[in-house]
Amino acid sequence: MNMDEYRGVWVFIEQRDGDLVDVGLELLGAGRDLADKLEVDLCGILLGHNVKGLSKGIFEYGADKVYVIDDPILEKYRSETYMIAVGDLVRKYKPEIFLYGATSNGKDLASAVATEVMTGLTADTTMLDVDLEKRLLEASRPAFGGNIMATILCKKHRPQMATVRPKVMKKLEPEVGRTGQIIEETISLKEEDLRTKVLEIVRDTKKAVNLEDADIIVAGGKGIKDEKGLKMIEELADVLNATVGASRDIVEAGLISHAHQVGQTGLTVTPKVYFAIGISGAIQHKVGMENSETIIAINTDPAAPIFDVAHYGIVADAFEIVPILTEEFKKALQHVEPVKEKEKGGVAHA
Amino acid sequence: MNILVCIKQVPDTKIIKVNPKTNTLDRSSAPAILNPYDAHAVEEAVRLRKVHGGKVTVLSMGPPQAREAIKKCVEIGADEGYLISDRRFAGADTLATSYALFKAIDKMMKEDGVDLVLCGKHAIDGDTGQVGPGIARRMGIPPLTNCIKVEEVDLKGKTMKVRRKIENGYELIQSTLPCLLTVEKEINQVAYSPLPNMLRAARYNPIVWTVDDLDDVDIKQLGLKGSPTIVGKMWPPAKSEGAQMIEGDVKKQATEIVTMLLQKRELFEVKGGEQA
Ligand SMILES: Cc1cc2nc3c(=O)[nH]c(=O)nc-3n(C[C@H](O)[C@H](O)[C@H](O)COP(=O)(O)OP(=O)(O)OC[C@H]3O[C@@H](n4cnc5c(N)ncnc54)[C@H](O)[C@@H]3O)c2cc1C
Ligand SMILES: Nc1ncnc2c1ncn2[C@@H]1O[C@H](COP(=O)(O)O)[C@@H](O)[C@H]1O
Repeated sequence: MNMDEYRGVWVFIEQRDGDLVDVGLELLGAGRDLADKLEVDLCGILLGHNVKGLSKGIFEYGADKVYVIDDPILEKYRSETYMIAVGDLVRKYKPEIFLYGATSNGKDLASAVATEVMTGLTADTTMLDVDLEKRLLEASRPAFGGNIMATILCKKHRPQMATVRPKVMKKLEPEVGRTGQIIEETISLKEEDLRTKVLEIVRDTKKAVNLEDADIIVAGGKGIKDEKGLKMIEELADVLNATVGASRDIVEAGLISHAHQVGQTGLTVTPKVYFAIGISGAIQHKVGMENSETIIAINTDPAAPIFDVAHYGIVADAFEIVPILTEEFKKALQHVEPVKEKEKGGVAHA
Repeated sequence: MNILVCIKQVPDTKIIKVNPKTNTLDRSSAPAILNPYDAHAVEEAVRLRKVHGGKVTVLSMGPPQAREAIKKCVEIGADEGYLISDRRFAGADTLATSYALFKAIDKMMKEDGVDLVLCGKHAIDGDTGQVGPGIARRMGIPPLTNCIKVEEVDLKGKTMKVRRKIENGYELIQSTLPCLLTVEKEINQVAYSPLPNMLRAARYNPIVWTVDDLDDVDIKQLGLKGSPTIVGKMWPPAKSEGAQMIEGDVKKQATEIVTMLLQKRELFEVKGGEQA
């Protein structure tokens, strides 16, 4: 392999029913930085049917080029078709770095492509950097259940590939009107030659829990003990128009559904305010919430590790302080109300 | 129905400790267990065998101790287990692992063929979930990842339908057989093993192969040598400077938090807009 033939930073741009998925835009932010350091182009890889129009947004979020394959056969994601299409692009255009969002489909695709083009792939990266001299991607991630951080390198194979979890990297501010080069490619697959078919996609639209977009999260752990404790934090969440989060231990205890779980095997969240109530702060929990803007921890144990990542710490019994907090907020918010979901985006009036 | 399940023995990461001096894992601190997702894969295979007949074979790559994990699978109901174990496999990343497992599957299935391959969603030590799709690619069969339900198996027509978990929902996907599934925990509950299985497992001796038992193996693609990724540095997760502690009685603590948060203007707006 002549590694010098490989140049450029690629990001797989996942689209869902014709909308760009956020993680792709976040990776353009991270990829921009790598591309600038390496002095190469940042390219978005866009597959689907009738998706060319999405290129505009991809440029605005930082890409210099977009490779598009627009074909009815690619309308719905399938490993079978996407792997071939992306594998062909890699062989033809030879990128040195290729990033994918660690979504169900992103991980599926990256794993298949890595085997297809025989290269290294680092899963669930949380930090990306580059060794300029060697043009080596330094992809770091928690390993062994988050007990340790490790940097993974791929020295002798190209492209260097990594998946990155949603919400870990930051989108750039879109630069309206920014454009770039669109490169259209085709694929010569026939439906009758394929072995898989997506028969139906069922989205749980009533899914009320939307942790990833919440501005305020009130999360509870084993310290809230039972149904009564859960009710208590739900009441606080209610007053603040917040979303309820949870540690794995109360999810496993059956107190609340997995959709609420924050952490390594749950969601990564970055709200403006994160209340950690009766949560010890195990590393697997921390990796999912440590980038929150303001973290307030309430715990009876002054030595709880959660106080290492929190901005404000309160040593107190949750059962005493949470009801007081709820009452005080209720009073204070009589004249002021939490910004509602649909009104967000308009900046502070008050 | 001939079903092959790839299983891995892993350290129980809930218990594993990191040696703070060397930043390496103290493996002796953690008991080795059958990767929890793989237990669900074996359970699913056993359930499918109940309906469609056939045979469930498990395969693992690992050190000699990994026999224990295979015996655990026999307890769940697997018919037979193979362990490929050899120094030359050691240090494999996901690409080299999928190559070794593929070579073993190729040999094992030469006679009877295989209808379905099952893997766990991921192994809890590496958390990558890359080995399953890698094996599928090498075998040239479709990978269906994150499966939560087998809806239908049509052995005559050689197709199956499964539910695959995706963000906020699932998709129903149809595939020809053979194919490879990776399974989520939701797919089933691992039942308590009946006594005869336990007795059989206790006496069971997995078949152990070395590299030399496999056919046409390219040694360069195995183990550390065949692994494009390497681990650079390791370090303990960062500790930040720590919280500003709010002292006083609960009443005072609560008031302070409320006052602090209300200053975050972007979070709250004035009711009725009178001050907008
Ligand atoms: C591979 C792997 C993945 C994992 N993934 C996740 C994950 O995604 N998310 C996650 O959260 N965990 C995860 N874990 C589990 C994690 O290691 C911890 O076990 C878990 O986060 C602990 O939950 P907890 O803080 O609620 O419980 P505990 O650790 O039991 O902590 C309870 C805390 O409550 C405090 N407390 C008790 N009573 C009160 C009271 N009355 N008022 C106030 N405080 C009180 C205690 O002092 C203690 O600090 C994972 C583990 C592994 C091995
Ligand atoms: N050494 C191994 N031996 C057998 N199966 C494995 C091995 N490593 C991984 N697997 C299979 O691949 C799945 C995903 O593992 P991973 O890609 O390491 O997260 C596991 O759940 C197993 O089914």
